[in-house]
Amino acid sequence: MTAKAHYVRPLDLKQGRVDMSHGAGGRAMQQLIGELFVRHLGNEALAQGNDGAVLTGLTIGRDEVAVPSAARDAAQRHPFGERLVMATDSHVVSPLFFPGGDIGALAVHGTVNDVAMMGARPLSLSAAFIIEEGFPLADLERIVLSMARAAQEAGVAIVTGDTKVVERGKGDGVFITTTGIGLLPVGRDVGGARARPGDVILLSGSIGDHGMAIMSARAHLAFDAPIVSDTAPLSGLTEALFASGGEIHVLRDPTRGGLAATLNEIAAQSGVGLLLDEQAIPVKPEVAAACELLGLEPLHVANEGKLVCICAAPDANRLLAAMQAHPLGREAARIGEVIADEHRFVQMQTAFGGRRIVDWLAGDQLPRIC
Amino acid sequence: MKYIDEFRDGKLARQLTAKIAAATSPGRAYAFMEFCGGHTHAIARYGLASLLPANLRLVHGPGCPVCVLPIGRVDMAIELVLDRNVTLCTYGDTLRIPASHGSSLLKAKARGGDVRMVYAVSDALAIARAAPEREVVFFAIGFETTTPPTAVAIVQAAREGLRNFSVLCCHVLTPPAIAAILDAPAAPLDGFIGPAHVSTVIGSAAYDLYAARYRKPVVIAGFEPLDILQAILMLVEQVNDGRAEIENEYTRAVTPGGNRKAQALVAEVFELRERFEWRGLGSIPASAVQIRAEYAAFDAERRFDLAYQAVADHKACECGDILRGVKRPQDCRIFATVCTPEHPIGACMVSAEGACAAHYAYGRILENTQ
Repeated sequence: MTAKAHYVRPLDLKQGRVDMSHGAGGRAMQQLIGELFVRHLGNEALAQGNDGAVLTGLTIGRDEVAVPSAARDAAQRHPFGERLVMATDSHVVSPLFFPGGDIGALAVHGTVNDVAMMGARPLSLSAAFIIEEGFPLADLERIVLSMARAAQEAGVAIVTGDTKVVERGKGDGVFITTTGIGLLPVGRDVGGARARPGDVILLSGSIGDHGMAIMSARAHLAFDAPIVSDTAPLSGLTEALFASGGEIHVLRDPTRGGLAATLNEIAAQSGVGLLLDEQAIPVKPEVAAACELLGLEPLHVANEGKLVCICAAPDANRLLAAMQAHPLGREAARIGEVIADEHRFVQMQTAFGGRRIVDWLAGDQLPRIC
Repeated sequence: MKYIDEFRDGKLARQLTAKIAAATSPGRAYAFMEFCGGHTHAIARYGLASLLPANLRLVHGPGCPVCVLPIGRVDMAIELVLDRNVTLCTYGDTLRIPASHGSSLLKAKARGGDVRMVYAVSDALAIARAAPEREVVFFAIGFETTTPPTAVAIVQAAREGLRNFSVLCCHVLTPPAIAAILDAPAAPLDGFIGPAHVSTVIGSAAYDLYAARYRKPVVIAGFEPLDILQAILMLVEQVNDGRAEIENEYTRAVTPGGNRKAQALVAEVFELRERFEWRGLGSIPASAVQIRAEYAAFDAERRFDLAYQAVADHKACECGDILRGVKRPQDCRIFATVCTPEHPIGACMVSAEGACAAHYAYGRILENTQ
């Protein structure tokens, strides 16, 4: 028996309203992006369908594009023909301050990571603030200081910005949007559509830390071992991976929707199946316990400092070693492989011994996680 | 995780599945219904179906409170939110239940309705205390497990003299639903895996009638995968021996008499409803509770003079037959095509504990690999 063709009801653009599921990172959001944003804004770069875009036709090192001096410096350090990558990310996390980070650090990491997942070296960011009337300046300074530290750590400069204030009650504290550009060196070609049967799936560390840190902060859950967000800039780790010389096909950071959503996106984009080994997927005991308590599945919980790397099988060990040698990849593991599957299922061999499908999560598990 | 991992041990699972395989007679088929959504979810999550012999089938029953809530009841909740301007508090999964005219509480929220997701009824009480000018209604769903906390909240509200808190009571009862499944013609069931948490409240003796009247074995089981495998083995042995007994695998939590204190609380606040409509199973006599006249002030149905209007399910939906075990999810024409977790048409697709949603999320791999 073959799987039935998936019928997707089109968006109701006359009567419909945006609901929380449209921002949850699952299928509803994919549909909104596809049937509204891509449909009306469509172009070659947008059609790449990744978390950032390679600006096709723009090549650094020639006179036809004006680039910031930082980019020009970088271009001079690297061979002719690098391409520009651009990514953007809005941050609406609640609470603004949480164990392991805050909205400022998250806003820098989010965009730096989106650029890094394109295989590019992040260069510069912009930051736009929407601030609610009455927001304490002390909190705002705390957030900006945190952004400065995060930018310095990631080796990027915040070179431009925007400030808007809305009336009390029309926002919730502060929302931050960052946009980043980076340089994609010659010879790097990664993207969600490049996974091939036989490839190996690597994961840089434990899953669910960020989502459960936010969740426990919100629910005022106190655990013996407090859960700390993993928010971190991943560009150093990706550079270490490229430096190892291994053949990388896909890089993705599993944020909203968790590892399950990211792997399903890759399976769909590449037209392949993925087979995971549950026992190999690292989950911290305190995160597993909190998920158990709240009835959540770690595979669906957000991360902000982890990456999935899908690579050519012969290079898997080399890339895994490079990950484990980096401070952000010490717990890295080989978690599965890419298989041929016309249904594009993500499957998992459970630790219990059975086999099952790992699907997207329907609906919103946790709004405003990032 | 201590006290949990012991019940998820893969090695013990292999021993148990080998015992089950050895115990089943190849000449006959076994069909057991797990009544409870918690079991359905665990069976799917650990891939248990893939570990069982081909002639042993698990039928997913109606024990998912979200799934069996009829459209008309959700319509009442939406009416409260949009037409009566109340603050409606409810558990997360309830937001997505499809109601009339393509609506849902999630969509009512997007249209400006004040719908709050809570983790416990005590959160709803806190919201009512904090906003005395608002009418706060708790949309109470669930089986015997969630009924006692609702009773506690009503007694508490009465004691405090809260004037703005009421409950839209949709609590239902397990034993009458099991009877309705067995009374229907063509139910091909050899026995039941009895509910875990429900049985801690009502006790194992509550099922005595079914063993006696219907000659079907019931084994009460915990929600961990080893509990379920052990219960399946006990059911196979009962069938082979021609026994129809109530056995208790979940002795670490379930006693014959159940939780007397919880039962007394429920009896103080609630009384039997004459009949209640179950989505998929139809109207079943004495299968739900309503708030007693002494607590009428806290009964949202009386307070807002709400009338229940039955609404027919979608014509193509086969949830009724699926819930009785007559059909499997994949036998339904609209399964995984028109009816998906994002756009559920029928009851069984709504919550992760529903038969169709569980099969969609975890089980499709079996039908596609066999």
